[in-house]
Amino acid sequence: MADSDTEDFVTYGTPLDPIEEDEPLKKPVPLHDQTVKDEKGRFKRFHGAFTGGFSAGYFNTVGSKEGWAPSTFVSSRQQKAGKVNSRPEDFMDDEDFSEHGIAPREITTTEDFTSGRQDTIRDKARALNSLVAPIPGDTVLEDLIAPARTSVGVEMLKKMGWKEGQGIGPRAKRKPRKQNVAEAGTRIYSCALPPNGSEESEEEEDEYTPENVTFAPKDVMPIDFTPKDDPHGLGYRGLDPHQALTGLPGMGHIDLFTLDSDRTSNLLGTGGPKHRRKGGISGEAFGVGALEDADADIYDRDALSNYDSVLGGEEPGDGLFGWTAPAQYNKKTKGSSRDASYLGKILEGFTLASQASEIKTIFPPPELPRNYRPVHYFRPVVDLASTSPMVAQVLMESKGHMPQQTQEKGRHQLDASQRRDLLGESSLTGPASVFDLLDNKDKERLEGIRRLAGVGASGAMTEERRAAVVAAGVAAAAAKASQSALSSLPQTPGSEEVLSAWRSPTADTSRSFRPFEKNPPKQARYDQYISKLKQGHKDALESSLDGSMTEWERGRERDEFVRAAMLYKPSSSSLSSRFTRAKHEDNEDMVEVAQEQEGDVNDKQSAVKMKMFGKLTRDTFEWHPDKLLCKRFNIPDPYPGSGLVGLPKVKKDKYSVFNFLTLTDSRPESGGPMGAQSQPDSSPLAGPPKRAEPGKKSRWDMSERAGQPKDALSEFLSEARSEASTSQQPASSQPAPAPSLTPEPPALSQLPPETQQLQEEEEESRPPMDLFKAIFASSSDEKSSSSSEDNSEEEDDEDGHRQMELQPPGPLNTGMDPSALPVPSSAAPGAAPGAAPGAAPGAAPGAAPGAAPGAAPEAKPPPEQPKLPAAPSKEQRQEEEEFGPKLPPPTSSWPQLPASSSVPQGDAHKKKCKEKHKSKKEAKKKHKKKHKKHKGKKEKKKEKKKKPIPEESDSTSDGSADSDSDADDLPGSISTEQLLTRLKSLRGKKYE
Amino acid sequence: MAFPLPRPQPPQLPHHLLRTVDCKQGAIRAVRFNADGNYILSCGGDKTLRLWSASRGTLLKTYSGHGYEVLDADGAFDNSHICSCSSDKTVILWDVASGLVSRKLRGHAGKVNCVRFNEEATVIVSGSIDGSVRCWDTRSRRPEPIQVLDEARDGVSSVKVSEYELLSGSVDGRVRRYDLRMGQLYTGHKNTSYKLDCCLSHKDTHVLSCSEDGYVYFWDLVEGSVSLKLPVGKATVQSLSFHPSEPRLLTAMEGSVKVWGAEPEDTVEDQGQQ
Repeated sequence: MADSDTEDFVTYGTPLDPIEEDEPLKKPVPLHDQTVKDEKGRFKRFHGAFTGGFSAGYFNTVGSKEGWAPSTFVSSRQQKAGKVNSRPEDFMDDEDFSEHGIAPREITTTEDFTSGRQDTIRDKARALNSLVAPIPGDTVLEDLIAPARTSVGVEMLKKMGWKEGQGIGPRAKRKPRKQNVAEAGTRIYSCALPPNGSEESEEEEDEYTPENVTFAPKDVMPIDFTPKDDPHGLGYRGLDPHQALTGLPGMGHIDLFTLDSDRTSNLLGTGGPKHRRKGGISGEAFGVGALEDADADIYDRDALSNYDSVLGGEEPGDGLFGWTAPAQYNKKTKGSSRDASYLGKILEGFTLASQASEIKTIFPPPELPRNYRPVHYFRPVVDLASTSPMVAQVLMESKGHMPQQTQEKGRHQLDASQRRDLLGESSLTGPASVFDLLDNKDKERLEGIRRLAGVGASGAMTEERRAAVVAAGVAAAAAKASQSALSSLPQTPGSEEVLSAWRSPTADTSRSFRPFEKNPPKQARYDQYISKLKQGHKDALESSLDGSMTEWERGRERDEFVRAAMLYKPSSSSLSSRFTRAKHEDNEDMVEVAQEQEGDVNDKQSAVKMKMFGKLTRDTFEWHPDKLLCKRFNIPDPYPGSGLVGLPKVKKDKYSVFNFLTLTDSRPESGGPMGAQSQPDSSPLAGPPKRAEPGKKSRWDMSERAGQPKDALSEFLSEARSEASTSQQPASSQPAPAPSLTPEPPALSQLPPETQQLQEEEEESRPPMDLFKAIFASSSDEKSSSSSEDNSEEEDDEDGHRQMELQPPGPLNTGMDPSALPVPSSAAPGAAPGAAPGAAPGAAPGAAPGAAPGAAPEAKPPPEQPKLPAAPSKEQRQEEEEFGPKLPPPTSSWPQLPASSSVPQGDAHKKKCKEKHKSKKEAKKKHKKKHKKHKGKKEKKKEKKKKPIPEESDSTSDGSADSDSDADDLPGSISTEQLLTRLKSLRGKKYE
Repeated sequence: MAFPLPRPQPPQLPHHLLRTVDCKQGAIRAVRFNADGNYILSCGGDKTLRLWSASRGTLLKTYSGHGYEVLDADGAFDNSHICSCSSDKTVILWDVASGLVSRKLRGHAGKVNCVRFNEEATVIVSGSIDGSVRCWDTRSRRPEPIQVLDEARDGVSSVKVSEYELLSGSVDGRVRRYDLRMGQLYTGHKNTSYKLDCCLSHKDTHVLSCSEDGYVYFWDLVEGSVSLKLPVGKATVQSLSFHPSEPRLLTAMEGSVKVWGAEPEDTVEDQGQQ
């Protein structure tokens, strides 16, 4: 029970600590310990009842312990003492500012929001005071200067149409006054001033107000709550000195502009006769003064009529004083009952209508017939022209109305086109209706459907027609196509439609969909089909199909094609004219390229070289400046319509070669005259097609470069051969080793005489060594050995060697060192039999032309052979040396060479080489000079021409040179004629 | 009856050194007269742009705000704005009086070599090493240029703006003239080995060019012959600028700017000596 009770309690506030039994009793706090503290924790002490009883802090000591102390005046040159204006707050306690203090800082309404009424009263009082004050008009200036400030309420009222002096409330007609009530509402009990004439006239005017004029309610004078603190009697108003002295009625109006003298004269009453005092001081208490002319109205006669006899009897105006009186009080007059009822509710800014609006008579709606059903049926329009008269007749009957006669058609029954015809206007271009956009087939179909629908009413509908109706629309074609698939007719029914669709001129095959992209041959067939469709072939389908396919396959494909063509047929011309293409095609493969390319650079450069500035060096492009740019430059836009900016661009295939055509075109020209010359010269011998030579010559394209002169060379060669063959045939002492297999070395060795000539012709476009390296690369181990040596030596020497190697061979070298002879011969056969199966046939076709590029590949096959003669390996090495980082001198590899004979020879050669160099240096100073001159070709030639003589003389000492020449010469000398035959045979092979 | 024109006088060439101004702002990259020739703009290597009085050689204002050396500058026709370009890829439009950046135009991909106002200072044309000429609008706050002329194949080294034409010289050896009236682009072709800075004299009678040998060469425009070889100093003459109306020349070498006049003006010299 108890538990449940406690649980049910609702508790408020914080519970007291539970009293524990064993806790010692709390001692009550003694009185002196019961302290009150303020918000700052200071002890408060009882101060007085008015300030809440307590105060805290420092008392009457200006908030500080010491209290206010007068500060000493300190002023120095550096720190001038400022003028200190002490405020009263400086001498006040904190408490004084609190709510109950002397100077409470509280929130007060600003002047804007205080009511103006209060002010007016105060003003009046002040004005009164000022008048009473010893100097009249004391506060006048102050009043004048006071800012024109109105309270918010007054402003709002003014905005609502209220004017000062009016009461608040709805405008109303003024009732004619029954009696003249002193409107001022104030009774003057003492000194009664003469009433203002103007007031009276106002009263009188009121009497004659027209009926339709409404007036604002009278202003209500609020009850004056100014306390009476003077010993005067009730209602006593002090005498206005102005009025009293000058008799002027205007109270409070001080003419500022009259001179003081004037005023004083007024005061003294010495004004002119026109200033005759009308009123003067008059009243009960004053009697007639000595200066008074008339003695009238000395005594105030009080009449009973001046007093109200009935309480609340008469009310001024409408008696509302601006209030909205409760409704029942206003129900006095019947005529204005409505007005009165509305009085309270009328909206501000609105007035009651003077004339009640007429009540509109509402007529009842017509009665519906009994059997009326609120459903509307649209009558189908029967076109007599399209339907058969029989059907039309039936339709008419079924619909229960006869067709309207066209003659009876009124103006409003005509449609736009008919009206146009009547008016004689030309018809609009373009399709008039949606149906015009359909092609004829579709129209027919629609017509058929419509007809069927009409016939359907009569109940006659064939199976096929129903099917057609069902399939009508977009799916019709597909349905037919499927039908055609079932039937094995060669001409698919749908194909005709397709044909008509594709025959339209706007049909663009390029833009059409490619449905069989994954199957290129099929797509190709489809494209063919489409293109034929476009041309209007009737048998487009059959002709484009692959004849090799089976009947079944063909049937399938036929079906597919027709369907695809139907699906992706181009929109008809009229329809497509209504659409525009997308402005931006998202074609990734296209690239914007400037429409106009800058002219050929090389042309210009050449023109510049010729100092032909002018047309040749200038180009003009169409250039579109930005619209804003034109505006900023104050220039009319040269292309006002165009939206593009900059140079006009053209879309081109991104990966197209033609984009770079202009560049590639220029290349052969930039390649120099040599390339241009060599190209036309290239005989059928020229095997590999020549790459366009880049403008910059690098040592990497050396082999090809070497090839170029060779083309010319080969021709020379062939000619020379033919001439030399007869004469030199007996001279060949050496047996030709493997004549068919090693044609090249001798052939190449034969070249030099011609090459020299060629080189002469050739400009110094290239160090000759490269050329000859390439030429002689494969020919001899001797040369390579020397070159390998040369690697360690200076390049001058190398050049020298080359020059040495270039010694005219053959006939001149007949009496050469016999020891050297075997080397090439042994090497050559060694290479030949080894390489015989693989190398020669492979090399022959490519190398046969004798082109330098051919030489390298020729030499390369042999390395595959296990047993290598010296020549190929060295040749390779040489290549490495040329193209790669320089290898250490290959002397180390020499002993490893399999050709036993060549090893000692190599050593011998080395020595010989050095010897030769020495001897050369010693013997022929001419040579030295030439060595140092890298490219003195003419000199070289001379040297070569001279050389044979010394060589012949000391052929043994010039071992290396000899060996070189041996290597080159031996086969050459042997077989100048044989070579020719070999070449011919090779050629023959090639041509086979 | 019109009076016959006065006999054309031989052109006066500025060959008297009026004063030398040590700018103290690093290497002077460019020196320019303002529109009326009363003020000098010097673009320093210390990222500042300075405005000098041409008649007295006193420093009037320093404009700092570039992030790298200032390469070129130009003054607006009404002297209310200055535009300058810098290696920091920006073009800055300065308010002359306050010295504050009124617009910083970013968009070039490389350092901006040259900058010019158009006639009404409504467009700034700047050429950059990135091969583009950009036209910036000074009227709007648009951060992008009005138009980019990217026809040049190589860096644009100089830009000139006339009433209706834009001229741009490029390192690809071509001068391009963009004619706004016709909407056409003319591409000329010329081969110059190298170029420091050159300009035309005030009457277009002579072509002036800086040189690396410390001279300024005056070439006769028509004849093409050297008419005056003005020794400026030992170092390279970096930049020069000709007075728009008088025979006055500004040359910049290393850290100082020199003012040259046709005749030694006493008053001016006195001031200069002071």
